[in-house]
Amino acid sequence: MERWGRTLLWCGGLSLALIASVLASATIGPVSIPIPVVARVVLDGISVPTLALASGPSETGAAAVSLARLGVGIEFVSPFEFSVPETSRVIVAQLRLPRIVLAAVVGFSLASAGAVMQGFFRNPMADPSIIGVSSGAAAGAVAFIVFPLSVPFGLQGMAFGGALAAAFLVYLIATEGGRTPVATLLLAGIAIQTFLGAVISFMLLQAGWQLKQAVYWLMGHLQASTWGEVGATLPVALLAFAVLAAYARDLNVLLLGEADARSLGIEVERTKRILLGIASVITAGAVAVAGVIGFVGLIVPHVMRLLVGPDHRILLPTSALAGAVFLVLADTAARTGPAELPVGIVTAALGAPFFIYLLRRREVHAL
Amino acid sequence: MIELDGVGVSLGGQSIVERVSFEVPEGTLVGLVGPNGAGKTTVVKTINGLLAPDDGEVRIDGDPVTGLSAREVSRRVATVPQDTSLGFDFPVREVVAMGRTPHRSRFERTSPVDREAVAEALERTRIAEFADRSIEAVSGGERQRVILARALCQRSSHLLLDEPTASLDIGHGVRILRLAREFVSEGKTALAAIHELDLAARFCEELVLLADGEVLATGPPEAVLTETDLEAAFGVDVAVTSHPVTGAVSATALPDRPSRSASVHVLGSGQEGAAAITRCWRAGFRTTAGTLPKGDVALARARALDIEAATTEPFAPISPAARQESARMIREADVTVLAEGREAYRELAAASERTVVFGENDVNEGGADDGPRAIGATAASGGTEGDATLDTPIENGEHECEGSERVQVGSDDTLVDAIERVLDGRDGSEN
Repeated sequence: MERWGRTLLWCGGLSLALIASVLASATIGPVSIPIPVVARVVLDGISVPTLALASGPSETGAAAVSLARLGVGIEFVSPFEFSVPETSRVIVAQLRLPRIVLAAVVGFSLASAGAVMQGFFRNPMADPSIIGVSSGAAAGAVAFIVFPLSVPFGLQGMAFGGALAAAFLVYLIATEGGRTPVATLLLAGIAIQTFLGAVISFMLLQAGWQLKQAVYWLMGHLQASTWGEVGATLPVALLAFAVLAAYARDLNVLLLGEADARSLGIEVERTKRILLGIASVITAGAVAVAGVIGFVGLIVPHVMRLLVGPDHRILLPTSALAGAVFLVLADTAARTGPAELPVGIVTAALGAPFFIYLLRRREVHAL
Repeated sequence: MIELDGVGVSLGGQSIVERVSFEVPEGTLVGLVGPNGAGKTTVVKTINGLLAPDDGEVRIDGDPVTGLSAREVSRRVATVPQDTSLGFDFPVREVVAMGRTPHRSRFERTSPVDREAVAEALERTRIAEFADRSIEAVSGGERQRVILARALCQRSSHLLLDEPTASLDIGHGVRILRLAREFVSEGKTALAAIHELDLAARFCEELVLLADGEVLATGPPEAVLTETDLEAAFGVDVAVTSHPVTGAVSATALPDRPSRSASVHVLGSGQEGAAAITRCWRAGFRTTAGTLPKGDVALARARALDIEAATTEPFAPISPAARQESARMIREADVTVLAEGREAYRELAAASERTVVFGENDVNEGGADDGPRAIGATAASGGTEGDATLDTPIENGEHECEGSERVQVGSDDTLVDAIERVLDGRDGSEN
């Protein structure tokens, strides 16, 4: 089918672009490391799960999934053993790659949530923060930074919890009698954002030496990212994306308007709840580790819509991949300047002029 | 089969429709007519499950709609909504294919049945040639057909159309309703909310007249589109006639008219007579009309305006009874308008105290044939004379009948003036 072909082509191309930008980004930094070395480090890091007939408990210990009783184990085998200088290996594998991969995951999450929100709200100005997710995360994070709190998962836990709490609150405010009108949701989102803005400002006033850390978090950053953060965000992002992708066709029908969608057999309110919930979770996951990074969720889906059209079956995956590429590049720019910048500044500084350009060319008018 | 049983819906605490009961049997297209705000759209939305009734219930093939899931409803009922504007540029084909949503599960790919349904819908609605264009790039009439194609694609046995012809030109409107007729000719069921009464009368077997949220009348168009009911529903004077071409019931809202105490009797058949009747009626005179042959346009006009008229057989001399009746009306009227210069009419008019001669008929030349004609023709025989009468609206009453004031009228607007003048005692003939 034509659409499948187009989807595969676009996704394939964007995946290649993502791999290329990840590798290229890993070469850039205070120490320049050539691409072949980066490639070798990456290939070395690959471990392939293989079925292995084991005689008793596997020697690989923790890595083996215990199907031992059947005499079958799963072992992780690294197919490549390249020799790479240890310093390069550490720089690439422990310092640069976690940050780059996290940038990709965050961009992926924000852009897919943005595509869903714009379709859901049938509003080109919608982005993942519109229902208060970002403000909630910011309030949680700043509270954690400013006040001596002890919570599980620390800063990220507070941000994630704050994000979901704010989104849920907005949903509760906007819902009456089982119906959640989109316009009310939008306004409730704005109200909660404004209120949380006040709370955040107040907390910043109370902050002493932590002020700088709080402001830095608010600007959105990917500094000092770890594989742990990737490990926590990536599954959330992939799982949530899979659900959103399964609803791509419903999102298309929702574009016709809720009444039409209902008469075409979509359980509108339930679908809205699911989409809102999942988009909030995927956004919360990204914001919790990276702070408030603006514009990715707004402009990436927009640009992709211009390129591939409004059909969410192709728009959603391409937006997600393009978001990943965009944030990898933006973060690379952020960390290679004379002074390292929070990536949120870069995305907004690059994104806004580009968006204005699109506006002036009248290419951004509706969905 | 759609059944509404005592349905009441209120929105925001305000009752929109009440006690609405009617049914749409298989194989029929029922028109839901009524003024704006009567609750037509609400009824449609209650049938497709968008609104839940507060009282009563809606049943589709015997099952209450409220008990069905959105998907089950959408497999039984397809809806063409009132507002079909879409704010994004899907290709037409994709919009049509969305009609398959009720039949596809989330992970199912497009099946041959889906593809066949889409192709058939595109074909039927004749939009196949622009199936790959963006929905944004087609005209309003074409977009309506796209949405209808989407509904046909659902392959449901019931079709709801909410104002499918509003904002369409007559060509597109008629095309849409023909497609709806095709739909019901397969034994399916359709309900169309239409505010154009003539189209509804022409295409629907039955009508439901809704006013102020309640059913005022149901039945075949002739029974529903009566002046009394329409005037009650729409709050204006309505003329109901039979359409000269389609033969369907045709209703026209009439302008408000002032009320005058004077009465006028119009003598004259054909277009001239009809025009005179209309002008007198519109000016607010109590109007009667005389000796009109059956089947004549003037008689049809008189009937439509609820004007008393003396009738006679066509292609025959005026019957004595008709002559007598007309003469009585002339005696009772303050003014007689002679709209056709036929001998028989002139004889009748002679009995009148005040006569106004209307139209381009020369009173002297008329009356070559004595029998009234079924189809009126303007007797504008002499070009020069016709022009002269047009230029000088009020002419000398040269051919006065004994004891009666006469005024000749040429231009349309002055008929009423002339009647007024005659009534005032100024005959306009002072030289």
